[in-house]
Amino acid sequence: MSAPATLEVSDLRTRFGDASSGSTVVDGVSFTLRAGRTTALVGESGCGKSVTALSLLQLIEPPGEIVSGKVLLDGRDLLALDERGMEKVRGARIGMVFQDPLTSLNPALTIGGQIVETLQAHQRLPRAAAERKAVELLARVGVTNPEQRVHDYPHHFSGGMRQRALIAAAISCSPSVIIADEPTTALDVTVQAKILRLLRDLQTAMGAALLLITHDLGVVAAMADEVLVMYAGRIVERADVDTLFHNPRHPYTKALLACVAGIEDDRRTPLEPIGGSAPDLRNPPNGCRFSPRCPSVRDVCRRWDQPLRAVSADHEAACVLVEREAALV
Amino acid sequence: MSEALLHVESLTKTFPSRGAKHASVKAVADVSFALRRGETLGLVGESGCGKSTLSRLVLSLLDPDSGSVSIEGVDFTHASSRAKREMRKRIQIVFQDALSSLNPRMTVATNIAEPMRLQGLGTSASRRAEAQRLLEVVGLRPEHADRYPHEFSGGQCQRIAIARALVLKPEIIVFDEAVSALDVSIRAQILKLILDLQAIFGFSYIFISHDLGVIKRICDRVAVMYMGQIVEIGPADVVCRDPHHPYTAALLRAIPIADPRRMRVADLGQIEGDNVVLAKPQSCAFEPRCPRRFDPCDKDRPTLIEIAPDHKAACYLNEPLRGTR
Repeated sequence: MSAPATLEVSDLRTRFGDASSGSTVVDGVSFTLRAGRTTALVGESGCGKSVTALSLLQLIEPPGEIVSGKVLLDGRDLLALDERGMEKVRGARIGMVFQDPLTSLNPALTIGGQIVETLQAHQRLPRAAAERKAVELLARVGVTNPEQRVHDYPHHFSGGMRQRALIAAAISCSPSVIIADEPTTALDVTVQAKILRLLRDLQTAMGAALLLITHDLGVVAAMADEVLVMYAGRIVERADVDTLFHNPRHPYTKALLACVAGIEDDRRTPLEPIGGSAPDLRNPPNGCRFSPRCPSVRDVCRRWDQPLRAVSADHEAACVLVEREAALV
Repeated sequence: MSEALLHVESLTKTFPSRGAKHASVKAVADVSFALRRGETLGLVGESGCGKSTLSRLVLSLLDPDSGSVSIEGVDFTHASSRAKREMRKRIQIVFQDALSSLNPRMTVATNIAEPMRLQGLGTSASRRAEAQRLLEVVGLRPEHADRYPHEFSGGQCQRIAIARALVLKPEIIVFDEAVSALDVSIRAQILKLILDLQAIFGFSYIFISHDLGVIKRICDRVAVMYMGQIVEIGPADVVCRDPHHPYTAALLRAIPIADPRRMRVADLGQIEGDNVVLAKPQSCAFEPRCPRRFDPCDKDRPTLIEIAPDHKAACYLNEPLRGTR
């Protein structure tokens, strides 16, 4: 908690389509990223976690639109910047690693070429120096024979090596924030283990803030300092990693953990999944968006939105039960 | 121990390689196992280990170079196409991507009943009635029958694909990464459906997945594959608790556990190289990456050695005279 805030997001709203029939995919999201800390944004598909990341970088294409909010990077509002201003931020102040390295790498450019391109876009570096730096970066992310592999094209690389190359490009300008969106989802578990270790080592060495977006609670438990749980466009719980896994307060967080714990048991234990599926955001339910699936639902949940409530200094949950429990104390 | 329903005997399948250096790729190399009546056998391995090729061979959708698959003693692999069609009633498959495995131009009912039509069974009215009945069995509603696949979510499409696999009243169902593309809450729902169906109808399952957690959750036995071979096979809980092949052990240590008190990133197992590292033809396929390789490993490829009744691993560490575990 003591680490300084690097990136502060407040009341971010991103909508696809118009106000009447569109869907607000990110609906009033606020959080803070801190230097040297990993914040995991976890949720199921369609919950808005990737759109949140793209909104921070202003990479939302029409019909999507950032409707409101503030994204302060070291005190400066990124949402007030124009496209030229943002180009200086992306890749330089904020590094990005996406799920599918084959589509985020340019197939017609060598691996070295892509890193050089990033470097020269942001720094005044002669070509030869940029090329030397590309080799150094590839070595740093664990690509063997970097002097030769710098001349290879993305299709020559395995999935894990491509992800390493992408990480090399992401850290090339020593960003203060790294956004990694499902960086290991497409990889085998033994490769995932190495990429996660690499991300953690680099982040520690650089002191960057890492926003790790994932649907995998195992990855969250391994990597996160702080966890944000997202459901239907909203953050429903925020806590440090130990509290989130051992004292979750939102019924959705509990249900998610139960699904995973269920999977970690063997077949003697019965599976008890939550029913239903996430709501259609073009027509969200009244009140709390989890209320139609919630096992502890009350009347008030169906009538009123449930804002984040403080459980303790570093723990918030958007559930009426928090207040009830507090009243009992 | 209950009887074997399906026997896989020394299956081998080689694909020609485009590169000049290696003449061919052995996708499945001398694989044998038996599926018992009413059990769930898991096949686990990382990409390229040959598990999907093996499933195509088991369903006789692909012809092996050598070896055979038989159902209750009847050779499926070398049967006439007419006999094969008859045998397909007994074994069905559910794929990973349900939406693309359903025909987008057919209604849900027509999709589900299509195997009956292809087998020349029933009238169009009776097939529709059967499709509607199966929709309820898999947890959807009969009135969904006239909708099209794109109107359904991923989890619902997988339910429709399961209904289609049930329509011929098979004895064996192969699930090829059938829950891998689903979100955790939906995945738990589909796994529960799969287990409930087995309890009601007594199906035998082959469950293919890259996810050892899911395998442990629903399988009686598990076979671990590496580079086209089964390297360990045994009861799922025993293999996960006490693995006897270094690859199984490595795989287990690489899986993040959803509990920060039990595992953080520093505890994740790191394993040398990746799965494209090729071993010498005569050596153990895992030898170049194995943390416990020793003298015999690069000279002679180990075969499955019995460790306990029903538990085998292809590793010299388990041979009393050579290895000490």
